Amino acid sequence: MSLLSIFLIVLCIAIAGHFAGRSKALSSANGKASGLHSLPAYYGTYVLSWALFPPMALMALWLVISPSVISNAITSTFPVEVQSLDPAKTSLIYGTVESIADGLRQLNPDQITEVSKDISLLKPLLAENGIALASDGEAYMVTSALTMISTQNTSRLLLSIFVIGISLLCAFYAYRKIEPRFRARNRVERFMLAGLIAASTIAILTTLGIFASMVTETGRFFSSVPPTEFFFGITWDPRFASAGDTGSAGQFGLIPLLAGTLYIALVAMLVAVPIGLYAAIYMAEYASPTLRSIAKPLLEVLAGIPTIVYGFFALVTVGPFLRDISAQIAGIATGDVANFIQAQSVLTAGLVMGIMLIPFVSSLSDDIITQVPGAMRDGSLGIGATRSETVRRVILPAALPGIVGALLLTASRAIGETMIVVLAAGIAARISINPFEPMTTVTVKIVSQLTGDLEFTSPQTLVAFALGMTLFFLTLGLNVYALYIVRKYREQYE
Amino acid sequence: MSNSVADTSTASSVTKKRDLNLKKRYAAERRFRAMGIGAIAIGLFFLAALLFTVVSKGYTAFWQTSIALEITFDEGVIDSAKKRVEDPNILLMANYPRLARNALQSQLGLEKPTKPILKQLDGMISNGVRVQLREMLLSDPTLMGKTQKVWVLAEANIDSAFKGQIDLSVAEKNRKVSDAQIGWIDDLNSKGLIAQKFNTGLFFNGASSRPEMAGMGAAIIGSFYMMLIVLIQALPIGVAASVYLEEFAPKNRWTDLIEVNINNLAAVPSIVYGLLGLALFINIAHLPRSASLVGGLVLTLITLPTIIIATRAALRAVPPSIRSAALGVGASKMQMVSHHVLPLAAPGILTGTIIGLAQALGETAPLLLIGMVAFVADFPLTPLDPATALPVQIFMWANEAERAFVERTSGAIIVLLMFLAVMNIAAIILRKRFERRW
Amino acid sequence: MNTNIKQAEIDISDQYEKMRGEKVNVSYGDKQALFDVDVSIAANKVTALIGPSGCGKSTFLRCLNRMNDTIDICKVTGTITLDNEDIYAPSVDVVELRARVGMVFQKPNPFPKSIFENVAYGPRIHGLANSKADLEEMVVTSLQKAGLFSEVKDRMNEPGTGLSGGQQQRLCIARAIAVQPDVILMDEPCSALDPIATATIETLIDELREKYTIVIVTHSMQQAARVSQNTAFFHLGELVEFGTTDQIFTAPIDQRTQNYITGRIG
Repeated sequence: MSLLSIFLIVLCIAIAGHFAGRSKALSSANGKASGLHSLPAYYGTYVLSWALFPPMALMALWLVISPSVISNAITSTFPVEVQSLDPAKTSLIYGTVESIADGLRQLNPDQITEVSKDISLLKPLLAENGIALASDGEAYMVTSALTMISTQNTSRLLLSIFVIGISLLCAFYAYRKIEPRFRARNRVERFMLAGLIAASTIAILTTLGIFASMVTETGRFFSSVPPTEFFFGITWDPRFASAGDTGSAGQFGLIPLLAGTLYIALVAMLVAVPIGLYAAIYMAEYASPTLRSIAKPLLEVLAGIPTIVYGFFALVTVGPFLRDISAQIAGIATGDVANFIQAQSVLTAGLVMGIMLIPFVSSLSDDIITQVPGAMRDGSLGIGATRSETVRRVILPAALPGIVGALLLTASRAIGETMIVVLAAGIAARISINPFEPMTTVTVKIVSQLTGDLEFTSPQTLVAFALGMTLFFLTLGLNVYALYIVRKYREQYE
Repeated sequence: MSNSVADTSTASSVTKKRDLNLKKRYAAERRFRAMGIGAIAIGLFFLAALLFTVVSKGYTAFWQTSIALEITFDEGVIDSAKKRVEDPNILLMANYPRLARNALQSQLGLEKPTKPILKQLDGMISNGVRVQLREMLLSDPTLMGKTQKVWVLAEANIDSAFKGQIDLSVAEKNRKVSDAQIGWIDDLNSKGLIAQKFNTGLFFNGASSRPEMAGMGAAIIGSFYMMLIVLIQALPIGVAASVYLEEFAPKNRWTDLIEVNINNLAAVPSIVYGLLGLALFINIAHLPRSASLVGGLVLTLITLPTIIIATRAALRAVPPSIRSAALGVGASKMQMVSHHVLPLAAPGILTGTIIGLAQALGETAPLLLIGMVAFVADFPLTPLDPATALPVQIFMWANEAERAFVERTSGAIIVLLMFLAVMNIAAIILRKRFERRW
Repeated sequence: MNTNIKQAEIDISDQYEKMRGEKVNVSYGDKQALFDVDVSIAANKVTALIGPSGCGKSTFLRCLNRMNDTIDICKVTGTITLDNEDIYAPSVDVVELRARVGMVFQKPNPFPKSIFENVAYGPRIHGLANSKADLEEMVVTSLQKAGLFSEVKDRMNEPGTGLSGGQQQRLCIARAIAVQPDVILMDEPCSALDPIATATIETLIDELREKYTIVIVTHSMQQAARVSQNTAFFHLGELVEFGTTDQIFTAPIDQRTQNYITGRIG
């Protein structure tokens, strides 16, 4: 029975329960809704909730747990010498068995018997059904695949029986409880509240999910590459990943990537901070309401443009422009027309990322500056300070903690930015202080290690998770600290 | 100077004017102001430069050059052995581009062309003609042997040349279009047989390695599925979470933790969500790679914090007096929320949701990690089929070497920005229309 | 002379007229806040502006050092002079004016800086001190005049926001004094303070009068009676009556003044 049909059956039970509950409530009160504690619909919903939610929770739990139970059962049917191979190879074999099982499902019983007898028939037969096998397969694989099919079928059957049975039981239990004084509304609301609480924990679960997936995959990476080599290595040369080949030694030094990330972020901040801050000050302190109402949303359009568009802008406009202009300058200065700025460079990526960050700096700072109490402004103007003196000597110092927080948030964005650097920074992992040459970042390498065919056992792939974890903790630290500062700042002026 | 304090004590007479350094201070004031105006101007200049780049490079992508050919479905070319009844594959494998070349050759009045000329003639017409003519013949077998006027796509470089994007002063061997081809274009143009037509293929075609045939149909559908998945998941979950946190949650460490968590999640780099999606949905849950379902799930997680933050602000804007009034007539807390608070906060919630969706629509990096960088030529029929997304399509085209792809990339960006603009304008209108001052 | 104003029988013309407002009209957008106000402010006296809330007394006060300039929609007509010079004349520089006519606000608003820096702020921006020692002396003198020095002399580097409300307000007064103004405007300086702090400030105002001309807006008639020599009574944007404080409180001419003083309006 498919999951969808199980769900539909449970849904039917629940809807039937709804009407049954409603009419029982009404009839128990002699047809008068006023004789009931709650509105009749609540009694129906009460039965519906019982018939629907517990079985659905059971189904979800089953679906989460059963795959690992089945996979353990299947692995134990492998020959002993296969089980004693290293985990990476075992999981490869498990994958093959899965595809064989997929294929066998489409064959008729006669064909299956034939295949069980002669393993060489397996590959061509499956190929006819559109399933390509990497190897010819071995006899034990067919046995295991058949076990897998039967285990999965049993599991599905048990699931159907349990879920539908529990749905009926719960509906009956709820139906029995209905009587005029029964507080159906309160019970239904308790279900709703449980739903609300569950929704609010998704945020926590997401964080835990990020944390757990990063840590486990990074752990697997560190089992083949020592952490010291990763964190303190100054060479990034992962070689290529190839299926099943875990032995190819690459060098996974984080330092050059981190250097590139921070360098580009620094250039971006050097562009964004002065422009964003001055724009925010002008809009908060000087601009007429008309100018403010035009310029502010226009600047914020910059924040709404997807980063891929900035990447394209860097690739086709800013990069070539910087390259050509540097050639012109070199021509005038030395007579030799050679560009000293590469089209893909730290400067290109930093400049374009800086443009993207302008609205973040300006709107965050604008919020913070306008929160400085007007009394302070008056106090300064009232004894004869000019506007700029007031801004520089009173308002900015008062707003400083908040602005620092805002800048940290912006910096964390710059560090985690991906598409601009993928298109504009280059892929050369090296340490340099020349901003006119390409460097690469953590995010670029995550993307390049994970695009194309993946083999989840090679360090070449797993290193992306180690990079991701580094990135996550780096930005998390910045964010937590920045949000703390901004929060403290808000409280000060509330 | 120290006794100047005493000087002012004779306040009954007019005090002497003091030198307050006004000239210098006002100069500083003017400089400061100029910096502010300059900063805004620079910001706006960048915005203008960005939009100008995209539009100037991209607007031509909405027109594509086509050539009118008098195609003769010559049996001698298609099925010289006349075996198509026994072997239908003959009609599928036939040399249709030859038909087009022959038609073009006769239209240009070229007698007995040499091999290089034939090659240049082939280079005039898009390879898409193969499918186009095949479909015509398969749907109407009586065409065999007849002649019909057909508009076929010109090859990408011819398209560029016809749009005037190729610099003809460059030496012939250094450009993609030969002098002969330029001559033919002029010839066809004078006969009215070459024209720019609205580029429907840009919107409806799937991926193609030939720029003139590449379209973002599969990407638009993929993005649509993902937006749908984000909407049906993120909106209810986001609203439920916000209602709990604003209306029901006690103030304690746990809710404080959730609060800090949500703010942090909003600032986690999106690529980290991509890694989460890869590990969780593909590696553990075994969902198919490149599927819009997985993309939708990942984007949901990215969008949730935005929606929760906006919804909570909208809920907070509903004044407490409404809540007291509802509770005062005996409504339960749940009824108070669902009957009064939520409807009043609905415009704010919707605005936040639209802005969240717009953010999700432009998101690229996490989709790269879950394998949506795929060459998808067929339309995805369900959210489980391999698909790609608009921004990812832009990324893939941006990486193509051929110059004609730059035009298409910009065109796709224009389309994406249009979608975003429509969503944001809708959000603004919604906010303006239903904004309530309490 | 506006006919609305009944001039006091006791003549104040023997006093040197530091500031003067003639036919002052103020409007915020469409709403007119002051109507043809004429007031004379005598040097080295405390002039109190009293009246029910919303009567325009604070608006008038803010005209005296052009603080209303900071509000875009505010429009001022008429003449206001300082030492017989029109302060709204184009040649007058607002920064220079405010250095001569300082202001203390309703709520104490020390800057988030140290006590020393708060007082030194004015001298610094105006470049009044020639040396560090000079600046320190100015700060000390100003704090002494504001009667705060003995309380804060050991913690000059602590933040001004850490002081009590009354101390903060005296700090703001010291801050205004440090610029060495001729006139000090005070906008309900005691409204946010407790009675003891209020008494301290009132004593201080009385002492400051020897060296400065003071204009104070207050909603408390008792305070006006205690600290001021001259009083102007505002009602609904009009100046109803102006005279010496004694006369206003003992023998008001206008019925509205009478009503206000006896507590019938307000």
